[in-house]
Amino acid sequence: MSLANLTKPWAPMSYGFLDASAKRELRRKMIKAVCVPGCQMPYASREVPMARGWGTGGLQVSLTLINPAMRVKVIDQGADDSVNAASIRRFLARVSGAPTTLDTLDADLIQSRHRIPEEILREDQVLVLQVPNPEPLRSVQPNMSIARQMHGDADYGRMWLQLYEQIVRSGRVMQGASYPSMVNGRHVMTPSPIPRWDVPKLHMARHLTILSAGREKRIFAVPPYTRVEPLVFDDVPYRVEDHGGLTCYRSGATGFFMNEIPQGDGTSTYEVSDSEYGVKAIRARDGEVVAMGETWYKDGKMPQ
Amino acid sequence: MTLTLDPPRIVKTAPLVQVRGVSKSYGRVVALRDVAATVYPGEVLGIVGESGSGKSTLLRMMNLEETPDTGSYTLDLPDVDGNLFALDRFARRMLCATRIGIVYQNPHLGLLMKHSSSGNVAERLLVAGERRFAVLREKAKDALAASEFPLERLDAPPIELSGGMQQRVQLAKAIALEPALLLLDEPTTGLDVSVQALVLDTLKRLQRDRRITMVIVSHDLGVIRTLADRVMVMRRGEVVEAGLADQIFQDPQHAYTQQLVHAKL
Repeated sequence: MSLANLTKPWAPMSYGFLDASAKRELRRKMIKAVCVPGCQMPYASREVPMARGWGTGGLQVSLTLINPAMRVKVIDQGADDSVNAASIRRFLARVSGAPTTLDTLDADLIQSRHRIPEEILREDQVLVLQVPNPEPLRSVQPNMSIARQMHGDADYGRMWLQLYEQIVRSGRVMQGASYPSMVNGRHVMTPSPIPRWDVPKLHMARHLTILSAGREKRIFAVPPYTRVEPLVFDDVPYRVEDHGGLTCYRSGATGFFMNEIPQGDGTSTYEVSDSEYGVKAIRARDGEVVAMGETWYKDGKMPQ
Repeated sequence: MTLTLDPPRIVKTAPLVQVRGVSKSYGRVVALRDVAATVYPGEVLGIVGESGSGKSTLLRMMNLEETPDTGSYTLDLPDVDGNLFALDRFARRMLCATRIGIVYQNPHLGLLMKHSSSGNVAERLLVAGERRFAVLREKAKDALAASEFPLERLDAPPIELSGGMQQRVQLAKAIALEPALLLLDEPTTGLDVSVQALVLDTLKRLQRDRRITMVIVSHDLGVIRTLADRVMVMRRGEVVEAGLADQIFQDPQHAYTQQLVHAKL
């Protein structure tokens, strides 16, 4: 009696690291999340070979959605080549056999931390965002049981109190990332730590966005063509970062979200945060034929 | 020639608040036993009694923070009807936010200590649905001015303020939406005598200017005497005596009230 004749022979039917029941639970929770946009659905976050807080929530969603025919792109702070992004991409490819890509236009599944790509996503693409803290009410209501009641009652007055405090203290809204946003006019969600620049991209977007927090065990979603409105006062308009006029020193691209690179003489230069878009811009400038997708921001402005 | 005399104002108007047959027990401890209270518009009702007599429990019920085992509670307002204890959580919250103001003895219960004072007042307006920053700021300023809060400390967090100032912030928060009913739970306990007098002055002036209906709970007869038109004396969860303030203080009938009044004087 050996292990070989106790187990079934290998067949290419199970892939993606998670077992079938884990994937089924995640699928069910994702469907629920899509049905109630912005509402946080609890799930049993599984162990994956990565530390909590490094994108385990996003990874589990990716592992569930992936199949060997999908093209996967993973970004971290806009870059495809950072250690975290490269490791997750390699892991996804190894356990599913899926081909990887860096090009936003080629990707079927995009897992991201901190950014939404600059090129407009299509209906057939899925964006998975890693969320460290899924509860927008945490800063104003430390008791999570009461916070859940507040979500149930749509009792979001205190979110504006937070904005009020920032304006009073600093003269403007200081919330830089995870800007609380109302989804479908009902649930306030934190859109993961994407910059203010990226929040308008979710509004009436063509693609499906799934946000997942592995440590906090919550999934929520923004289905295609869903309203996502950042919380604002009626008389204080929403402002994205003033990056509209900045030019990338490497690619020459203007009007996108930039990384600031401080220089020795106290000044700063900037480079496009979406690294693959920057690479494509350089290749196009050097005379290569490159497919550049339509971007959300045009001339540094988001068309209304 | 006939002289027509107006009946006293109170007789002509219907009561604003009616609490009837309220009982509440926590396990075997009976907090309230068949308590009734009536408050007329523009009137100040004082509730006195020793610690554990159920006066604060009654006030918390009037703020819809707790539900009694039996009893009913009605507010005579245009768009409010029925027994308020039967409202669901959502309706309760809206009613509490817009129609009832409360000042707690402990400012930590009523205030967000690390937010700004004006933000604390603005929170009330935000819950009621105000979403214009300029209006929030203006109204918060007005309410703080009405409770005689020094406006140069508008944006200081309550944790940095003195006890008297914290009570003023609570008061401003409570009156920001011009509530029909203002509940005061030992508002001056823990303040020193001179600050206590100033806060009482503010309350008195507010009552005179805005004719807010108030219910004030205190174990301090001096506070009740200064503010209240009518007094209810509670002991062990029951109302032992009720009547006009002067009557209770000058001619107490119940043995416990006599003891209480004499202990003070």
